[in-house]
Amino acid sequence: MVAYTARRLMLAIVVLIGMSLMTFYISHAIPGDPARLASGAHAKAEQVESLRVQMGLDKPLPVQYMIYMKGIISGDLGTSVSTRRPVADELKEYLPATIELSVFALIISVVAGVFFGIVSAVRRNSALDHFLRVFSLVGASIPVFWLGLLFLIFFYKQLNVLPIGGRIGIGINPPTKATGLYIIDSILSGDGIALKSSISHLVLPSITLGYSSMGVFTRMARSCVLEVLSADYIRTARAKGLKETIVVYKHALRNAILPLITLVGLQFAYLLGGTVLTETIFSWPGLGSYSVTAITNLNFPAIMGVTLTITTLFVVINLITDLCYAIADPRIVYK
Amino acid sequence: MEEVILEIKDLKTYFYSDKSVVPAVNGIDLLVRKGETLGIVGESGCGKSVTCLSILRLIPDPPGKIVGGQILFKGEDLLAKTEAEMRAVRGNSISMIFQEPMTSLNPVFTVGDQLSEAIRLHQGVAKKEAKQKAIDMLKQVGVPAPEQRAREYPHQLSGGMRQRVMIAMAISCNPDLLLADEPTTALDVTIQAQILEMMRDLKDRLGMAIILITHDMGVVAEMADQILVMYAGKAVECATVKTIYKNPMHPYTVGLLDSIPRMDVDVEKLHVIEGVLPDLSNMPEACCFEPRCPDARSICSQKEPDLEQVGDSLVRCWKYCPEWRQ
Ligand SMILES: Nc1ncnc2c1ncn2[C@@H]1O[C@H](COP(=O)(O)OP(=O)(O)O)[C@@H](O)[C@H]1O
Ligand code: SF4
Ligand SMILES: [Mg+2]
Repeated sequence: MVAYTARRLMLAIVVLIGMSLMTFYISHAIPGDPARLASGAHAKAEQVESLRVQMGLDKPLPVQYMIYMKGIISGDLGTSVSTRRPVADELKEYLPATIELSVFALIISVVAGVFFGIVSAVRRNSALDHFLRVFSLVGASIPVFWLGLLFLIFFYKQLNVLPIGGRIGIGINPPTKATGLYIIDSILSGDGIALKSSISHLVLPSITLGYSSMGVFTRMARSCVLEVLSADYIRTARAKGLKETIVVYKHALRNAILPLITLVGLQFAYLLGGTVLTETIFSWPGLGSYSVTAITNLNFPAIMGVTLTITTLFVVINLITDLCYAIADPRIVYK
Repeated sequence: MEEVILEIKDLKTYFYSDKSVVPAVNGIDLLVRKGETLGIVGESGCGKSVTCLSILRLIPDPPGKIVGGQILFKGEDLLAKTEAEMRAVRGNSISMIFQEPMTSLNPVFTVGDQLSEAIRLHQGVAKKEAKQKAIDMLKQVGVPAPEQRAREYPHQLSGGMRQRVMIAMAISCNPDLLLADEPTTALDVTIQAQILEMMRDLKDRLGMAIILITHDMGVVAEMADQILVMYAGKAVECATVKTIYKNPMHPYTVGLLDSIPRMDVDVEKLHVIEGVLPDLSNMPEACCFEPRCPDARSICSQKEPDLEQVGDSLVRCWKYCPEWRQ
C-alpha cells in the first residue's frame, strides 16, 4: 500500500510538472513582448531592455523555466496586471469559495445520485424508476446557466425562500478566517448565524452546479447495481438466507461502488469547469468569477495562476479517489 | 425406511418473456430420504438448475415463476411459506452450492467473513465464536492453513479451494438437505475427484440428504443412490443407480450411458446423442425426445407418453406401453 501510494504520488507530480511546462510554453507563445507591454507605450528602448533583464527575459528558455518553477514552489505566481497585487494572494481569497461550492455540489450529487440509482435499480421498471431516469436525464442534458436562471426566478423572485448573490447575507460578518471555507470556519468559531446564512447561500448554486453530475451518478449507479445484482455471489448471498436489504446494501453496493469511485474524480473536474458559469450567475466570489474577469482583462499571470490551481486540485482529487479505490477493492495489486 | 426429507410433486416453473413462455420445469416429481443422494442428470438447459433454485425459491422473478406443484420439505410445503420463513430455511436446513466457484464468492469480503455471516445469521452466535467455527469448517473441507485462508479474499484462492469454501459455507449450519448444482463441472479432473471424495465423506459423517446435479453419468454413478434423468423440463426415467446402469430403458438414458468414457473399452470416438434440445417455448403434443430418438415410431409424434412404472423403473416412453405393438 505504501509503495502503491508512493507510485501514484510520483505520477501526480509528473502530471503537475507537465502542466507547468504547458502554462510556461503558452505564456511564451503569446504574441507580443512582455517587457514592452510591462514598461508602457512611451518607454524608451533602453528602459525596455533593462526591464527585460530585470524580468529575466534575456536568459535562455530552460533557465527561465527554472526561475518560473522556483517562483511557483515558493508561492510566487507573479503579479496581477489589473490589480497589481500578487496573484497568489488573490487566489487565496477566491479559492476557498470555489472549493466550498464544488465540494458541496459534489457531495449532493454523489449522495443523491447514488441513492436514486440504487432505488431505480432495485425497483426496476416501476413508475419510480421511470421518473428517476427521466429526472437524471434532464439533469445530464440541461444547460447550467439555464437551470441557474430558472432557480433565480423561481426560488428567489417568486417564492423568495432562498437567498442569492454572494456567500453570506449582507450585514452578516463572515466567520473568523481559519480555512476560508465559511461552513467550517463558522462551525469552528461557533457562529450559528454565519453558518445558517452561508449554508442557505450555498443551496441554489450547488444544486445548479451539481444537478447534471447527480444525473450521471444516478445512471451509473443504476447500471452498476443492476449488473452486480445479477452476479453469482448475490445468488450465494440470497441462498445463505440473508435479508434482501443486506443483500443489496452490503453485498451488492460494496461492489457497485467501485466504478463510482473513479467517476467521482472525473465528475469533480467537470464541476470545477462548471463553476465558471454558476459563479457568474450567482455572483459567487470564487475562482470562476475571478477567471472570467482575468480573461476579459487579458490578465495572463492571473489566468495561469488559475489554471495551475485548478489542475493541482484535479490531480489531488484524482489521487485521493485512486487511493480510495485501492482500499475498497482487495483485488488491486499494490505493485 | 429412512425419513422422507424432500418430496416434490408436479413442480412447474415457467419463464415468461414478451413473446413466449418457457416451461423450464414442467411437472417434476421426486423424493429424497435422509442420508440419500439423488442424482439429477440431463444435458445443459434441461431444467436441472431451475429445479434446485425452485426448492429454495430463488428463481429470479421476473422472468421466472413457480406456477404449480408442491415442494414438501419434512412434510411442510415450502411454496406456502412466507419470504421470512423461507430465509430461515435457506443456508440453514437447506443449502446450495453452485457450478461457478470462481464467481460465487463475493470478491470484496474475506473468506472468513463470508463463512461466518451464515453461521451468525442462523445460529445466533457471537462474532468471535462464528469466526472460530468458520475456521473449523474450512478445516473440515480440507483447506490447508485455515486460519490464514480465512483472512484472504476469494481471488487469492484457486477454483478448487473456492469450491471447498462454498461447501464449507453450505454445511456450516448442518443442513438436512444439500443441493449441489454441478459442483465439480468447472474444475479439472484431479480436483474434481478430490472434491467428490470429500463430499462423500461429509455425507457419511453428517448424514445429510444430497441432490447432486450433473451432466456427467460417471460422477452420478460414483455418488448417487437414485437417479432422475431429465429431458426438456420433464423426468424421462427414474430408478436406482444399479437398475439404471444394468438396465437403462429410455432411449435418452441409453444415449447418455453410451457417452461415458470407459477405461475398459478402447473406442475411437465417444458416442454422442445427435441433435439438440428442442425449443421449450414451442413444444408439440408428442414425446419431446422424438426428433432425436433412434427408436421413434409414428405414435411418438402423436401423443405424449406418461411416466409409468416398468419393472423397477419409472419411464416415460411409448416403447414400454401396450400401444407400441399396435
Ligand atoms: N433467468 C432465466 N431467464 C429466462 N430463462 C431461464 C432463466 N434461467 C433458466 N431459464 C430457462 O430454463 C431452461 C433450463 O435452465 P437450467 O435449469 O439452468 O438448465 P440446466 O439443466 O443446464 O441447469 C433454460 O433453457 C432457459 O431457457
Ligand atoms: S416415446 Fe418414442 S420417441 Fe420418445 S423416447 Fe420413446 S421411443 Fe423414443
Ligand atoms: Mg445448470
